[in-house]
Amino acid sequence: MKRLIAPIAAGATALLAAAPAWAQEAAAAAAPTPDKGDTAWMMISTVLVMAMIVPGLALFYGGLVRTKNMLSVLTQILAVASFAMIIWVIYGYTMAFGDGGNAFIAGFGKAFLAGVTSASTAATFSDGVVIPEYVFIAFQMTFAAITVSLVVGGLVERLKFSALMVFAAVWLTIVYFPIAHMVWAGNGLLFNWSPAALDFAGGTVVHINAGVSALVGALILGPRLGYKKEIMAPHSLTMTLIGTGLLWVGWFGFNAGSALEANGSAALAMVNTFVATAAGVLFWMLTERVLGHKGSLLGACSGAIAGLVAITPAAGNSGPFGAILLGAVAAILCAIFVVNVKPKLALDDSLDAFGIHGIGGIIGSIGTAFTMLPSLGGPGAADYALIPQLGTQVVAVLIAGGWAAVGSAIAFSIAKAVTGLRVAEEVEREGLDLGEHGERAYNY
Amino acid sequence: MKLVIAIIKPFKLDEVREALTEVGVAGMTVSEVKGFGRQKGQTEIYRGAEYSTNMVPKIKVEVVCATDLAPRVVEAIQAAANTGAIGDGKIFVLDVGQAVRIRTGETDHTAL
Repeated sequence: MKRLIAPIAAGATALLAAAPAWAQEAAAAAAPTPDKGDTAWMMISTVLVMAMIVPGLALFYGGLVRTKNMLSVLTQILAVASFAMIIWVIYGYTMAFGDGGNAFIAGFGKAFLAGVTSASTAATFSDGVVIPEYVFIAFQMTFAAITVSLVVGGLVERLKFSALMVFAAVWLTIVYFPIAHMVWAGNGLLFNWSPAALDFAGGTVVHINAGVSALVGALILGPRLGYKKEIMAPHSLTMTLIGTGLLWVGWFGFNAGSALEANGSAALAMVNTFVATAAGVLFWMLTERVLGHKGSLLGACSGAIAGLVAITPAAGNSGPFGAILLGAVAAILCAIFVVNVKPKLALDDSLDAFGIHGIGGIIGSIGTAFTMLPSLGGPGAADYALIPQLGTQVVAVLIAGGWAAVGSAIAFSIAKAVTGLRVAEEVEREGLDLGEHGERAYNY
Repeated sequence: MKLVIAIIKPFKLDEVREALTEVGVAGMTVSEVKGFGRQKGQTEIYRGAEYSTNMVPKIKVEVVCATDLAPRVVEAIQAAANTGAIGDGKIFVLDVGQAVRIRTGETDHTAL
């Protein structure tokens, strides 16, 4: 999903202004027309990513909380994703992918989508191939919406609804849009690094970013009342499985859509999204066995997400066997962290947003340097150099992680100052469904 | 009249019902209950978080019968609900002072 928005339309406009009439015609003729196949695929990919948020992520996270907080999780995901969409078209898109700007943010010339029409186009990876800019805007909009929704996983069952909304506005502005710009925009910091950071579909922008932010949020918020003392078992692993399935299906749009074209690169990303996830499912369950537990459904679902997260940066930057390797390694390490390490920490990352997205994202981003290797079946050129690329990937992880940590600490502090951040003790005991929304998920 | 209360394993309910029908019991009340005895409960593990649920799901069967039928009712339940494993349950027998059928107003034995 790199090399974005070198807007052909803008280039044509510059020519028009400077040249006589005959040149205008030539420039207009040279502007590429979007291919209908690419456009159709990208529109489908966009709605697939939407299916990941509501209902996918909402049910995945919802099933993992207690009955009394189910409705609050569903509401938080729906509302925060909707909020991100509105902010995206107002000033998010222009901050991430607008014209000009610097290595950290783009210019504000496209605020309120100024100047974008149904004839505007966005560049893809291939020279001369474009897609409608509105499709690109919508596709990227779903990424902003799911990333902020993922953060909810570290904060459920105790965060005020109002605090989440304040956090979302600040966090998208100072964390998500700059990181998306740094990694994916033509003049972004990490895109211009040498060699450029590889992040096919959002390992750093989405998963490390969301995971680290959730970790910071969980630390600032503190653990849930009764954490490690009372039963906090998931209220419906059935829902969690449905959510997992929808996430997996939607992730094909997320990863294969990030090719921005309906081509072989998208096909590779699609195959990788199958096999890395399958490896994640199986290796998480195997890890549970080795750690002395039973292979569980929750483990299988968690492994699927770990595999999906890890393959995200490598989706088009890996061969299928590299993808299996990546899914397996991510599942094993995430499972060890979540099952063995986390219980020893004084950290209540409630639904393991950091344990799976943060750690899986770091493994995927660093692992991408290896999966590119032609000897592992990766798509790297014959002269692909592992060590410099590895260096870049580590730098990208550190910059994204550091930026997310500092930015989200600021965002949570502002939310705390404005709203108090955490619900009252009675509300937490009674459940956020009634306390924050005045309704229950279940009436029977 | 006697009230026989039996706490049994949930999957034994059908066998217990059949055995009691054979003995001549005309009706019973069944509830899903939770509790613990020597079995002490189970452990569930979700992503490494262990929960010992110290209550085990059981079925409570309540039967009111004539005093002379009670020993056979107890015997039937004991035989039908027995697996030989821990947690098979317990049977309690209590005296019943009065029984009334709400529809007809019949009392005691005729009400059963």
